[in-house]
Amino acid sequence: MTFWDQAIEISRVDLRVERRMGDVLRIILPFAVIALLVFPLALGVDLSAITELGPAVFWAIGVLFGMQVALRQAADDRPERRDLYALLGVDPAARFVGRTMSGSVLTVGFMIALLVATFVLYSPRLPSGWPGPVILAVLLTAVGLTELGTLAGEVTAGLRSRTLLASLIVAPLAIPLVIGGSQTLESLTRDTSILPWLLLLVATDLALAVAGVALARPLEEASR
Amino acid sequence: MGTHVELEDAGVSLGGQTILRDLTLSVGAAEVLGIAGPNGSGKTTLLRLLATLTAPAEGTGRVLGAALGTSEVYGIRREIGLVGHIPTVVGELTLRENLDHATRLFGADTARIERALQVVGLAEAADRKVEQSSYGMLRRIEAARLLITRPRLLLLDEAFSGLDVDAQQLIDALISRTTESGGAVVMVSHDAAHLADRAGRVMAIAAGRLELAA
Repeated sequence: MTFWDQAIEISRVDLRVERRMGDVLRIILPFAVIALLVFPLALGVDLSAITELGPAVFWAIGVLFGMQVALRQAADDRPERRDLYALLGVDPAARFVGRTMSGSVLTVGFMIALLVATFVLYSPRLPSGWPGPVILAVLLTAVGLTELGTLAGEVTAGLRSRTLLASLIVAPLAIPLVIGGSQTLESLTRDTSILPWLLLLVATDLALAVAGVALARPLEEASR
Repeated sequence: MGTHVELEDAGVSLGGQTILRDLTLSVGAAEVLGIAGPNGSGKTTLLRLLATLTAPAEGTGRVLGAALGTSEVYGIRREIGLVGHIPTVVGELTLRENLDHATRLFGADTARIERALQVVGLAEAADRKVEQSSYGMLRRIEAARLLITRPRLLLLDEAFSGLDVDAQQLIDALISRTTESGGAVVMVSHDAAHLADRAGRVMAIAAGRLELAA
């Protein structure tokens, strides 16, 4: 079985498990929408402020809860399953890629759903031609968050306070993704170039992908 | 053929604590070795060492020709079958899906799945979810996986505990099949009687050291 066959198989099973568990759809997404609702309540009846703040709140809530989506897989990655994969001859890098693929599908879906909720709740004023760049920025941010979450899950595998430690690793490293995502929209509004911010997102995603693939084997061995 | 497992003064430490020490051991082709010992004596750690999932902190060892603690082990892991005391399955999948997942990852022909399910007596119950399955059924699905992956080194950790006679016969058949094809089997248990019936040689482990059983 090739590297990509293994990655696709792991991704396929992860998505099937998520479809049955429904953690993202039934738990994380509703809580994120509730968090979106809380902000307008705090701002009172100042509709212009609500409209103005919409995109910033989207990125803040999106990244915060997107991290939970990204870290979700790490939480149920039991040592016995890791051992089984090793004895079936699964390449740890293929496991990283497979988990990143399935996680990215979930995180992208989550952020798109959150974007729709932001439109309904905040009615943000956006410049013409926004959908393409904003959806691209959401996609790149979601993939980066998932890579980061998967990598943090590998670094903390086997540790007792794994979930907390993984969050502490992800939060500061997600800053380039937050800046890239939010500034893409900001640049569109100011009519300046969005290219530097999209490049920042692409560079971050690529760096995390290279780190994840290169460190997969040593991290797996160190976790035992 | 030759020697499948060789340990020379090997020791294992976990979290700074020495769990196993001065292990010298050899297991040849078609041999069944039993290792008996009380809880906490290091049996499971020894099996993890032989499964290449733990590296020796001291001494040397080779498993299926690969030096333990080196990158050589990555190439032979596919030839090792480990049955731990907790069945390894994905809880949200059915028994058939678990077997299908392992078969695909291993790169074996998925057409063998139905035959393996029949052999282990799960053809009718294969679409049950793991949570709806008994411990014995989970053991059977592990046996089905080993029928497909056909390991050269079979490692059994308390594999007979909690199983009915039919399931025990299934494990016995796996042992026979492995040795008949030139493989080796190492089984550990706290129950020496289980081992004496099945192993050609039985050793005892106590406080992390191996000795020939009385």
